[in-house]
Amino acid sequence: MFSLEQLKKSLLVSLWFAFLTFPLLVIKVDPIQRTVLWRWENMVLVAIGSFLVSLLVRVFNQHQERRRERRAAGGIAEREPLIQVILREPKYLYPLSAAVLLCSLIFPHLVSTYQTNILITALMYVMLGLGLNIVVGLAGLLDLGYVAFYAVGAYSYALLNYHFDVGFWMALPIGALLAAMFGVLLGFPVLRLRGDYLAIVTLGFGEIIRLILENWNEFSQGPSGISNIPRPGFFGVELSLESAILYLYYIMIAMVIFTIFVVNRLQDSRIGRAWVALREDEIACQAMGIDKRKTKLTAFALGATWAGMVGVIFAAKTTFINPASFTFLESAIILCIVVLGGMGSIFGVIVGALVLILLPEYLRALSDYRMLAFGAVLVTMMIFRPQGVVANIRRSYQFRANPDGEGQ
Amino acid sequence: MNKPVLQVDGLSMDFGGIRAMCELDLEVHRGQIVALIGPNGAGKTTFFNCVTGIYNPTAGNIFLNPPDGSKPIRLNGLKPNQVTRKGMARTFQNIRLFQKMTVLENVMIGRHCRTSSYIFGAVFRTRATVREERETVEKSYRILQKVGLAGAVNELAENLPYGAQRRLEIARALATEPFLLLLDEPAAGMNPQETRELDELINRIRDEGHSILLIEHDMKLVMSLSDKIFVVDYGRKIAEGSPREVSSDPAVIKAYLGEDIDA
Repeated sequence: MFSLEQLKKSLLVSLWFAFLTFPLLVIKVDPIQRTVLWRWENMVLVAIGSFLVSLLVRVFNQHQERRRERRAAGGIAEREPLIQVILREPKYLYPLSAAVLLCSLIFPHLVSTYQTNILITALMYVMLGLGLNIVVGLAGLLDLGYVAFYAVGAYSYALLNYHFDVGFWMALPIGALLAAMFGVLLGFPVLRLRGDYLAIVTLGFGEIIRLILENWNEFSQGPSGISNIPRPGFFGVELSLESAILYLYYIMIAMVIFTIFVVNRLQDSRIGRAWVALREDEIACQAMGIDKRKTKLTAFALGATWAGMVGVIFAAKTTFINPASFTFLESAIILCIVVLGGMGSIFGVIVGALVLILLPEYLRALSDYRMLAFGAVLVTMMIFRPQGVVANIRRSYQFRANPDGEGQ
Repeated sequence: MNKPVLQVDGLSMDFGGIRAMCELDLEVHRGQIVALIGPNGAGKTTFFNCVTGIYNPTAGNIFLNPPDGSKPIRLNGLKPNQVTRKGMARTFQNIRLFQKMTVLENVMIGRHCRTSSYIFGAVFRTRATVREERETVEKSYRILQKVGLAGAVNELAENLPYGAQRRLEIARALATEPFLLLLDEPAAGMNPQETRELDELINRIRDEGHSILLIEHDMKLVMSLSDKIFVVDYGRKIAEGSPREVSSDPAVIKAYLGEDIDA
């Protein structure tokens, strides 16, 4: 099962952890009573816990290693995971997506409005995730300020409605367009940046937008936000609250399908390949005749477009927005969705969004530990499955044996 | 009327106070295989980087004369992607493939600058896009057949053996439809068998009408392939001529082997 060596290493790890957490978890100074409380039991718990986790990781790694060796020795090709097969073969994929679609269409009639509302939120994050996936997953540009474009979308609907009485359906493209413009605006100064530097600048950009919204009272009404934003209109018919939510739910379903359709077509197109190439090697990419500037700006603009659209929908759904909805935490959650689900994989991002948004909703009782669980899940994922729940697979092409090489 | 396809006059490149390249002249004529050799650190790759637009040279002129007879193009100050569009493609000394893309996709990237469909075309799958896409796949596949990688179209580039990765880099460069191909140490790290195949491949590419400029350390390959050799050392040209002339040039021997003790 496990060797002495592994036990020894895990023991060392647990000792080290006990030592590291000693000042925080064991000593407690009570300044009023002027006493020091020594909580030795915590140290024991930390030691046992870290020992077990460390051993588990070790055993798991060894297991993986053995399996790989056996495969290499036996010459057995790595078996394709079931999920990849389903995603690749249309004969499985189409009926399955039809079933999922049907389920999602009748779902709101079976559950309460509250559940529908939660699902609308989840679907919004699916869209956000798919949008950010263009920037982070495909083009490899780590954008930590994605929520800024979300805010631009939301505020463009809120303000346009407030001042000019613009309706939801008009605001949707306008919000998308404005967000895209902001995407390009952010894109220009960061064209030369990569990796960590890009992440920091985009993070700053996100904060700038939020701070402007918070402090420029004349423009955005500051922290008190904008209220009484109308829900989506249905050919001028006044809808009751329940049917308005139902209506919004169907709008979201349609929007998500639209998003999947567009992103799917984009990722195997000329521009999609250019994004992936840019992610893989910027210098080679340029040497192959790809305009780095144009390609990056397109990625930023397209990613932002989706955030803008979801922003408009968000404003319409909550009927009230203020800058507190657009903190860095939102950006982090959206990024987690993309990373956890699998960078570049549409299905992965959908799964990631549903898991990360629905789980906390249904585990409200544990909401105090939400951030802790978040961190733990991400760290575990990075150790055991760095490529995400569903890895991105590149499209494969079939060729007939004849020398003309007819493409399929 | 027989102008060289690549004409470099007095090219110099300074990095701060260091002169990496000093007034280098070089010409590549149509259908020629020209080699640029020199000891490590002589400035060969710097030369490539200047010519392909990765560096902006301090002084000198770089001209391309397209073989179709259109007017000369000055390359100074152009970006790498613009240079590639003009008809000059390169490979890299340390392999720079798109590792997580398939072999075919790597070559399809090379077609990028010869195609034009964009977001609208991709989303709505217009007829022009579909046709262009099919053409891209077909042409890329044909290039892969030429370099002998047709059996591995759907492999990820990172899974290819070393020699095949080198050939894929050449295929990717060929996909940009260059009339001049710059190869930076194509045989580095190859075994003798792979080198022989490479020799054949480069000859075949030349026979198809491409001109080739290569940097190489494998002297056997250089001597058998090249029509003309330029030798650089410390950023200066120390010799040029046919393989035979160069290999007996005292300056070249000195640069490679050091000075004779008796002399």
